[in-house]
Amino acid sequence: MNAKTEFEPKIIGFLCNWCSYAGADLAGVSRIQYPSNIRIIRVMCSGRIDPTFILEALKDGADGVLVAGCHLPSDCHYISGNFKTLRRVTLLKKVLQDFGIEPKRVRLEWISASEGDKFAAVVRDMVEEIKKLGPSPLKNMEVKA
Amino acid sequence: MASKKIGAVLVVGGGVAGIQASLDLADSGFKVYLIDQGPSIGGVMAQLDKTFPTNDCSMCILSPKLVATGRHPNITILTNTEITGLNGEAGNFEVKLRKKSRYIIEDKCNGCGLCAQKCPIEAVDTFNEGLDNRSAIYVEYPQAVPLKFMIDREKCIGCGTCQEICKANAIEYDQKDSEVALKVGSIILAPGFEPFDARLKSEYGYGRFPNVMTSIEFERILSASGPYGGLVLRLSDGEIPKKIAFIQCVGSRDFQLGNNYCSAACCMYGMKEAVIAKEHTPTKLDAKIFYMDMRSYGKEFDAYYERAQGEWGIQFVRSRVAGVTEDPKTNNLFVHYVEDETPKTEEFDMVVLSIGMQPPKNIETLAKNLGIKLNNYKFCETATFSPMETSKPGIFVCGAFSAPKDIPESVAQASGAAAKAMSVIASERGTQVTAKEYPPERDVSREEPRIGVFVCHCGINIGGVVKVPEVVEYAKTLPNVVYADANVYTCSQDTQKLIREKIQQHKLNRVVVASCTPRTHEPLFKETVQEAGLNPYLFEMTNIRDQCSWVHMHEPEKATEKAKDLVRSIVAKAKLLKPLKKPLINVTPVGLVIGGGVSGMTAALELAKQGFEVHLVEKEKELGGHLRTIRYLLEKDDDPKEELNALIKAVTENDKIHVYLGAEVVDVYGFVGNFKSKIRQQNGRETEIEHGIVIVATGAVEYKPTEYLYGKDPRIVTQHDLEEQIAEGAFKAKNVLMIQCVGARTNERPNCARICCGQAIKNALKIKEISPETEVYILYKDMRAYGFKEDYYREAATQGVMFVNYEDERKPQLANDNGGLKMTFWEPVIKEEIEIEPDLVVLSAATIPNPDNKRVAEMLKVPLTKDGFFLEAHMKLRPVDFATDGVFLCGMAHWPKYIDESIAQACAAAARATTILSKPTLEMEGIVANVNEDLCSGCRICEYLCPYNAIEMKEKDGKPIAHVIEALCKGCGACGTACPTKAIIMGHFTTEEILAQVKAALIEVKT
Repeated sequence: MNAKTEFEPKIIGFLCNWCSYAGADLAGVSRIQYPSNIRIIRVMCSGRIDPTFILEALKDGADGVLVAGCHLPSDCHYISGNFKTLRRVTLLKKVLQDFGIEPKRVRLEWISASEGDKFAAVVRDMVEEIKKLGPSPLKNMEVKA
Repeated sequence: MASKKIGAVLVVGGGVAGIQASLDLADSGFKVYLIDQGPSIGGVMAQLDKTFPTNDCSMCILSPKLVATGRHPNITILTNTEITGLNGEAGNFEVKLRKKSRYIIEDKCNGCGLCAQKCPIEAVDTFNEGLDNRSAIYVEYPQAVPLKFMIDREKCIGCGTCQEICKANAIEYDQKDSEVALKVGSIILAPGFEPFDARLKSEYGYGRFPNVMTSIEFERILSASGPYGGLVLRLSDGEIPKKIAFIQCVGSRDFQLGNNYCSAACCMYGMKEAVIAKEHTPTKLDAKIFYMDMRSYGKEFDAYYERAQGEWGIQFVRSRVAGVTEDPKTNNLFVHYVEDETPKTEEFDMVVLSIGMQPPKNIETLAKNLGIKLNNYKFCETATFSPMETSKPGIFVCGAFSAPKDIPESVAQASGAAAKAMSVIASERGTQVTAKEYPPERDVSREEPRIGVFVCHCGINIGGVVKVPEVVEYAKTLPNVVYADANVYTCSQDTQKLIREKIQQHKLNRVVVASCTPRTHEPLFKETVQEAGLNPYLFEMTNIRDQCSWVHMHEPEKATEKAKDLVRSIVAKAKLLKPLKKPLINVTPVGLVIGGGVSGMTAALELAKQGFEVHLVEKEKELGGHLRTIRYLLEKDDDPKEELNALIKAVTENDKIHVYLGAEVVDVYGFVGNFKSKIRQQNGRETEIEHGIVIVATGAVEYKPTEYLYGKDPRIVTQHDLEEQIAEGAFKAKNVLMIQCVGARTNERPNCARICCGQAIKNALKIKEISPETEVYILYKDMRAYGFKEDYYREAATQGVMFVNYEDERKPQLANDNGGLKMTFWEPVIKEEIEIEPDLVVLSAATIPNPDNKRVAEMLKVPLTKDGFFLEAHMKLRPVDFATDGVFLCGMAHWPKYIDESIAQACAAAARATTILSKPTLEMEGIVANVNEDLCSGCRICEYLCPYNAIEMKEKDGKPIAHVIEALCKGCGACGTACPTKAIIMGHFTTEEILAQVKAALIEVKT
């Protein structure tokens, strides 16, 4: 591999089925182009996203993690899953900071089914942002059980 | 004594309308015979490339419906079939049919296609509009349902090749036409339309100049499965065009031809074709649309129009094109038109004619055989308050045959016609049907995971960017994958068969599809694996179209790598999948309708006719809603006052309908089949009701203008005010000026309010009727008198109503000049500023969302559009459904619309609701939480967190243990995430499954 190759961040995106995954679908249907760095994992609700999933993703080699759910306050298909996510991710980001991991690597966004353009813009922005940060410090870190 | 009723319905026409009507009927307990003149169903929609305003792939959204129709146990499809006679009456008809021979034994043909490969004879491919050839033995298109071949006997030379090669012995050269007689209770007509024959407009050169083509031919050119694989090429030389002209209203709004009406869909499809053409052309393409009025009146259509101009750079010229000539050397075309009163000529590489809709061919024979009346254009005659009723009881109509219309309106009307057809024979529900049965489920618990991966080309939608064969080869190398292959369309009926075969052949116990979005296609594939004896939850899919080929169109390498990553990731999850059980729940056969206007009342009445109890809740103290303000109709076919009173009487006298006036629904709990709601009346009385479905019919309100001195001067009124004045005999004005688009098509509200043009024409004609000497001006942006309303537009112009076009840049100005009103506006024809002094200014104020929508939406957990109307599950094919099961919408809550359209939607919502209410039990989603009782510490965090109260604590061995009430669990997984002891396992999204998916997605692959 060419050593001068630009760093291409790997991003894991946890998307809720009803709003954000649908938003990503709309980006597709509308042919809105965005960088190919993201790998999407569909969950029914952002409230399913356990902070440990995010940590595991960072440990497994992700340079950034996107968590996307339905808009606050009331878009959530499951009434209040997005609020649970908000609390969990906010807390996790504080913890990350304490451990010396840039909190910007984890991003929480509310993306609706009609916001294909927003989804694409978020990915674009995140890729740029993480390129500036460089590879994740957790990547390839040996974790002893 | 009346003859016995029959619980079966004949649906005539297998386009999207006929398909929708058939599915609704069959899902509500009726037997359906769906007949089509052609060899397969799908209609014109199957020929389309994309659909507006979402640019969804037409085949992608239609295909699941085709497949569902084809495999529905209660639907019998009869192709190549025509009606030859009818006896009997509503409830008990005997229909005589002639089924033309296919020369193939349908039961034997398995659609393998070997015959077509070997057939030595070429014939014109009519599905591709003659732009391509096919063999003499053929199917119309690859996803055709039923997938049965047919011999074109006009072309076939009888060489015997196909007979020799057909392993199924399905060829029968001397097969005869057959006569069939059926007993049905009601009939739905959905024969669609006939595209206008563009040769009749000889001045446009169609048929003479190779590079002039019709819009339907152009759809095939745009289609990935069309003659050029989706690339736009000129017919004369195969070159990529640089400049295309679209000419609107070809065969529509044409007095000389006698096609005076507007074909209602062409403005939007013309725009869409221009947009898609630009998308499909690798080099720069200029597109110019020549139009008379841009009629983008539907939901979010104006937003599309804006994007077409701004984002996609389509040019629009308001002009009726006079003629097209050709440069015989280059085959380029000269479009001759008049703009700004100046004759102009412009050269193009290609011209597309947006052809209108005509009544179906031979419709007079069908009308005669059935005894139904046609209107003066030979479309089916209907009336405003009975938009699905033909002149003969028991026979109903939907789709373009009742009036030219687009897909969502056809689909809504189809569901509406289904409701009407059901109500005739409601007593016979369930008498002629059989339940769908699946083979016993294979126990895979002791088997090693054996995964099959099906990768979809999606025509060229995926395969044009992602290197599908490479993905397939890669999938084969993944752990536990024992089979992988590519399919042209994984969703087609033949592929479903293939998947079932491969499951048997390779003893697959997990199936993965890499194609489009699980949001639309997962149910289909789950059903397929279930038919092969696998638990449906042993299926997973990943989206390599919306997440790869369509969003990384210019990076095929990266898109392919990403597709491989996604496949690897989903395979890792699939390996861990566990079978899940679907809980059964009881259905409360009661409806709740919110809103007592014409839509709400109609929906309630239709449900009552089906035999269900209904609670109808109206905020005002009386029923009627918006309809109360309507005093007369444009069409004059019904008296709105009489109809309103009749409707109120029918509703209040029906003992199945409970009406709550001055009341609001304040709380809704529960889920499909089992809702519990609280209705609060103004006197403070609260009633708790149980119901199985909700229909939202909250209507809309008239915009109160802040423009043009409204509210500051009594001589400035809205169209509703004017109607009131006229109806009350208070109208005296001699000089009336109407302004269109007040509060619509503005920056704040960019979309069209749809009904104001009709209102203005209606009131203008009424003024001319009662006071012919009164001068009437209508200042407009586009007169959107779509469908048969065009007749009244023409009539108004004939009567001397003056229509003056204005543009946003030069809006009319109104001033109070010493007590007199002074209106100044630009007259674009004479190119002069005109000043008149009207004694009445009428503002065509927009219809805007009910301010209560927000509260209702939050209560029901359903979405709104940016404008604030309710947002349906899918703009094209699910116009009255919400994504949330058991909740439906109709009428102006959805978008401004005319009475007939509201009634059609209201009946549609009732039909869709009936598909639930008619079932004693519903099979629920199997994705629910489970508690590992050994790990549960009884901390109650989950009980506190669950928004559905689906967790209760149960005593076990003296300590509290969490227990999931499966019917209440919606499967969000919030409890599983919060559980400190990880005792909660979230079905199909277990921690192990998700982490496996994450890990696999991140593996570095050496390339």
